[in-house]
Amino acid sequence: MGLRTALFDKHVDAGARIVDFGGWDMPIQYDSLINEHHAVRQHAGVFDVSHMTIVDVKGPQAESWLRYLLANDVARLKETGHALYSGMLNEQAGVIDDLIVYRMAWGFRLVVNCGTREKDLAWMSKQSAGYDVTLTERPELAILAVQGPAAMHIVMDLLNSKGASAEAVQVGSLKNFSGAEFGSWFIARTGYTGENGVEIMLPDNEAPGIWDELLAAGVKPIGLGARDTLRLEAGMNLYGHDMDESISPLSANMGWTIAWEPAHRDFIGRSVLENQREAFKRGELPKLSGLVMEERGVLREGLRVQCTFSDGSIKDGVITSGTFSPTLKHGIALARIPSGSQNAVVEKCEVDIRGKLIPVRLVKPGFVRLGKKVFE
Amino acid sequence: MSDFPDDLKYAATHEWLRLEEDGTVTMGISDHAQELLGDIVFIELPEEGKVVDAKQEISVVESVKAASDIYAPISGEIIAVNEDLADAPETVNTAPYTDGWICRILPSNPAELEELLDADTYAGMCE
Repeated sequence: MGLRTALFDKHVDAGARIVDFGGWDMPIQYDSLINEHHAVRQHAGVFDVSHMTIVDVKGPQAESWLRYLLANDVARLKETGHALYSGMLNEQAGVIDDLIVYRMAWGFRLVVNCGTREKDLAWMSKQSAGYDVTLTERPELAILAVQGPAAMHIVMDLLNSKGASAEAVQVGSLKNFSGAEFGSWFIARTGYTGENGVEIMLPDNEAPGIWDELLAAGVKPIGLGARDTLRLEAGMNLYGHDMDESISPLSANMGWTIAWEPAHRDFIGRSVLENQREAFKRGELPKLSGLVMEERGVLREGLRVQCTFSDGSIKDGVITSGTFSPTLKHGIALARIPSGSQNAVVEKCEVDIRGKLIPVRLVKPGFVRLGKKVFE
Repeated sequence: MSDFPDDLKYAATHEWLRLEEDGTVTMGISDHAQELLGDIVFIELPEEGKVVDAKQEISVVESVKAASDIYAPISGEIIAVNEDLADAPETVNTAPYTDGWICRILPSNPAELEELLDADTYAGMCE
């Protein structure tokens, strides 16, 4: 038996197939991955993501420490509740983990991956030496992600039904990537699906009741299987697949998460990253690209991507995350595409599926947003 | 619970077979196999006219999460393929023993049929 969230019995009640996920017994799917996927794109779904690790950072130097720890800059969070996505890099600029950080009234809240929990905590603890900060893990909090076009209304209705009408209004007015704290609850407009919705952090003992109320309001429980197809359609990275400690964030489509300015801010990995940045500009580093396979089939992690360049050279890339897109009804993937020599560009891309080369198109990472196809 | 019809034979690799009156054999994948795979989104269909040996790979069934090889449970010639599955692979989920059949084989060694599993034995294996 693995670790269990406060909602384990609820998953079993809802007919979940349970699998081991980073040491946790988690629902992979309830009835059908595809139906669950469509429910989030068309109405609303709820994910139990309580296995993720919450770390609260307090202390007079919380901000200056996080500005050193993270490649993105928490000084950009101007108001309480605002959030940003960042990589946490090692000295060689490899990605230790990706995370969300929220500015709170009392400090900052980080949400990191469950599979990297131990190394993340060890790294943060080590890097905090000499800083006046305290790190507190919050395992007693559950996290429910409620996502989909109807999610905001359903959550507001739920708050209203509890007499929390002022809170409902506040949640309804939240901008994307911001949140609000209500006592022991924190509700933020963040997620991993490319749809509108919120993530609700709340005490474990309150989670089963809220789960039941969401289901009664027509929200469908969503397993980890559909969580993966939804995030991949949204073009979002998955740690350990699309990037890890051996990969530069620049080669993982995370360049936008690096705050280069102010230039005097020293963050871990910066000096190596500055060199990589020049190499990337010269086209010398691989990049993470989207792949679209319009004939019927499925793209999978690990498949070889044969790239033919304008100078006639051929180099291999690799799919880092692949699936069948339930929304688009064809294969999609994220793939690490090698750089060409000199000014050569990729002219043709083919994926090796069981020995057959199937043509694919290179697109920007990101396939579906708010239920609609987003690439050309 | 998965369904294991009594009138079919099964292979340990999760294919089912039905001996037709004309001596041909229709095959597909079991209800248990489709449940394990989940939503099926693509089937690389067998090649019609191909002569195959028992246990030879003839097809690939792909769900969102996994690809699974399908083996010929008996030797013979593939005389018909369910082309409808090209556009509607999900039929294997909804009707694995009827409209979700994959192909029909003319056996070259009908004695091989005796080596396959009956419903009870196969169901026991799937527990």
